[in-house]
Amino acid sequence: MKQIVAALAALLLFCAAPGIALAQSGPLRIEITEGVVEPMPYAVPDFVAETAEAQQLGQQISRVIADDLSGTGLFREVPREAHISQVTSFGSPIQFADWKAINAQALITGAVSVSGGQVTVKFRVWDVFAGTELGQGMQFAGTTEGWRRMAHKVADQVYSRITGESGYFDSRVVFVSESGPKDNRVKRLAVMDYDGANVQFLTGSNSLVLAPRFSDDGQRVLYTSYETGMPRVHVLEVGTVQSRILQGQDGVMSFAPRFAPDGQTVVYSLTQGSNTDIWAMDIASGTTRQLTSAPSIETAPSYSPDGSQIVFESDRSGTQQLYVMPASGGEARRISFGEGRYSAPVWSPRGDMIAFTKQNAGRFFIGVMRTDGSEERLLTASFLDEGPTWAPNGRVIMFARETQGAQGASSLYTVDISGRKLTRVRTPEGASDPSWGPLQ
Amino acid sequence: MRFSAKFTMLMAVLAVSACTNANRFDNDAVDLNAATGSAGGIVPGSANDPSSPAYFQQTVGDRVLFAIDQSTLSPEARATLDGQVQWLLRNTDYNAVIEGHADEQGTRAYNLALGARRANAVMEYLVAQGVSANRLRFVSYGKERPIEICSQEACYAKNRRAVTIISSGLTS
Repeated sequence: MKQIVAALAALLLFCAAPGIALAQSGPLRIEITEGVVEPMPYAVPDFVAETAEAQQLGQQISRVIADDLSGTGLFREVPREAHISQVTSFGSPIQFADWKAINAQALITGAVSVSGGQVTVKFRVWDVFAGTELGQGMQFAGTTEGWRRMAHKVADQVYSRITGESGYFDSRVVFVSESGPKDNRVKRLAVMDYDGANVQFLTGSNSLVLAPRFSDDGQRVLYTSYETGMPRVHVLEVGTVQSRILQGQDGVMSFAPRFAPDGQTVVYSLTQGSNTDIWAMDIASGTTRQLTSAPSIETAPSYSPDGSQIVFESDRSGTQQLYVMPASGGEARRISFGEGRYSAPVWSPRGDMIAFTKQNAGRFFIGVMRTDGSEERLLTASFLDEGPTWAPNGRVIMFARETQGAQGASSLYTVDISGRKLTRVRTPEGASDPSWGPLQ
Repeated sequence: MRFSAKFTMLMAVLAVSACTNANRFDNDAVDLNAATGSAGGIVPGSANDPSSPAYFQQTVGDRVLFAIDQSTLSPEARATLDGQVQWLLRNTDYNAVIEGHADEQGTRAYNLALGARRANAVMEYLVAQGVSANRLRFVSYGKERPIEICSQEACYAKNRRAVTIISSGLTS
C-alpha cells in the first residue's frame, strides 16, 4: 500500500519537472522514458448488482470510474477481457493471485443497489501486490439520475488514496456554448460535468455572453453580457439560474470579472475613453475601487488563492505581459519575460503556479510558470488556444481551442500540467471560455 | 520546450484552409438598393437620398480600418471620418454608435479593450471636428463579430474596424 502511494507521489512530482528519470524497484515499477510516465495498471470489474434494477448501473458506474482514472494518464486499465477472477459478491474474498497474474496493481470492487429511485454505491480499493485493502470501504447514496456523480466520487476516492492528492472528477465546468457560423455566432452560458456530461444551459441566445467565472464555492457565476447593449458584468445564482447586473459599474463598458476567494469582492476591467483599467467592487454595497491607473490596457485579473495578490495582463510595456500586484492595488511587478505576448493569467488553486495564454510568431500556446515568472513551460500549441482554467486540485488545465478558417469552431480540451494527456472534452455544440468549479 | 517543439512539428504539416471571403458588404448593398425601387428620382430614406443612413453607410463610408494591434487613424481613415463629420453636422436628427472590432488574432479580454481604443479614437476625432459628444457613444465587440471569416490577413484587415452606426435620435 505504501508502495503505491510512494510511487504515485513520485509520479505527481514528476509532473512539475518533466525529463527526470525515476528508478523504481519492486512490483510498482514506473518507467519514464522521453518524458512519458508508465501509468499504473488497475482493474475495475463491473460493480455487482445487488438488486435487479442495478444491473446496467453496475456496468455504467465501473465504466465512468475507468474513464476518470485512465483519463488522468496516471492509470491504465487492465481490460475486463483479461480478468481471471470474476467478482460476483461484494463480500467475497479477493483472489489476489488472479489479479497479480494480469499485473493489476490496484483493484476496485464495488456493488450497486437500487430501491425506489434511490441508488446506493459501495466500493473498496485493493493493493493487489501487498494483498491488503487500501483505506476503508465507503458508500454513497443518491437519486438514480445522479449515478454519474457517485461514480465520480468513487474515482475521486481512488485517485486520492493512491496519489495522496485530492481528485477533481466530481466537479462542474461553466462555459460558453457556441453555435452558428463564425460571422453569426450564438453564445449561451452552460454548465456541465467536468467530462462534458449533463450539460445545462443557463442563459438564452438573445444576448452575447462572454467568459463566465465560478465563485470558489461553485454557487455563483460572474460573466459579461451585452444584454443592455453594452458589455456589463452580471452575476448568476447557479441554484436558481437567476441573474442580475452588478450595480455601480461606471464607465463605457466593464468585463473580465473574477471573484475574490472570499466571494465578496469582484475584480474586473472598466473602460473609460480609450483606457481600460482594473477595478474591484464589493458586491453587497456596490462600492468600487480603482486598482490600476496606467494609460495602457489592464485586464484579465485573477486573485491568488489567499486573496492577497492579483495577477493581470497589461500592454504598458508595448505588448501584453503578465504582472502581479497587491490585491489592494499599488506597484505591480512584471513576471513574464519570454518571447511573444502573454495574456489571460490564472492563479493555480495550489498557489504555486500561474497558467496563461501566450502568442508568438502567429501561434497560440497554453503554458504555466511559477508565480515569480520562472520555470515557464508551454503545454499546448495551435492556431488558437486560449483561456486556461485549473482543475480544483491544480493538476490539470482546461482551455478552448479554435480551429482556423471559415469553418473554424471552438472546442474544450484538457491537458495535465506536464503537457501530457491532451484530451478533447465532448460538448453538444462548440464551446469556449471554460471555468472549472470546485470539487463538490 | 520539448513539448512545444513537438506540437510545432505537428502543426507544420497542416495545410492552411482556404479563404471563402464571403462579402457581406455587397449583400447589404444589394438589399438597400432593392429598396430604392424604380430608377431615377430620390426616394426618401433610400441610398440615393443624401440624408439617409443608407447613403451614410454606402456613399459617405461607415467604417475605418486599422493596422494590427493599432488604434491610430490612417490618412484614409481621417478622410472617411471627415465625410462622416460633414454628414453628421448636416443631419442633426441622427445620433451614432461607434462599434469597435478586432481580428481573431488575440485573446478575448484584450480584444475587447483594443476594440474600445479603436472606437474611442473615431469618436474623439468626430468630436474634435465639431460633432457634439452627446450625439455619440461607442461600444466594443472585440473579436466577437467578424464580418470576414477566413483566417488570413485579407480577412483580418477588414475585421480590424470601427463602424459608425447611425441611429435616430434627438426626437424632441
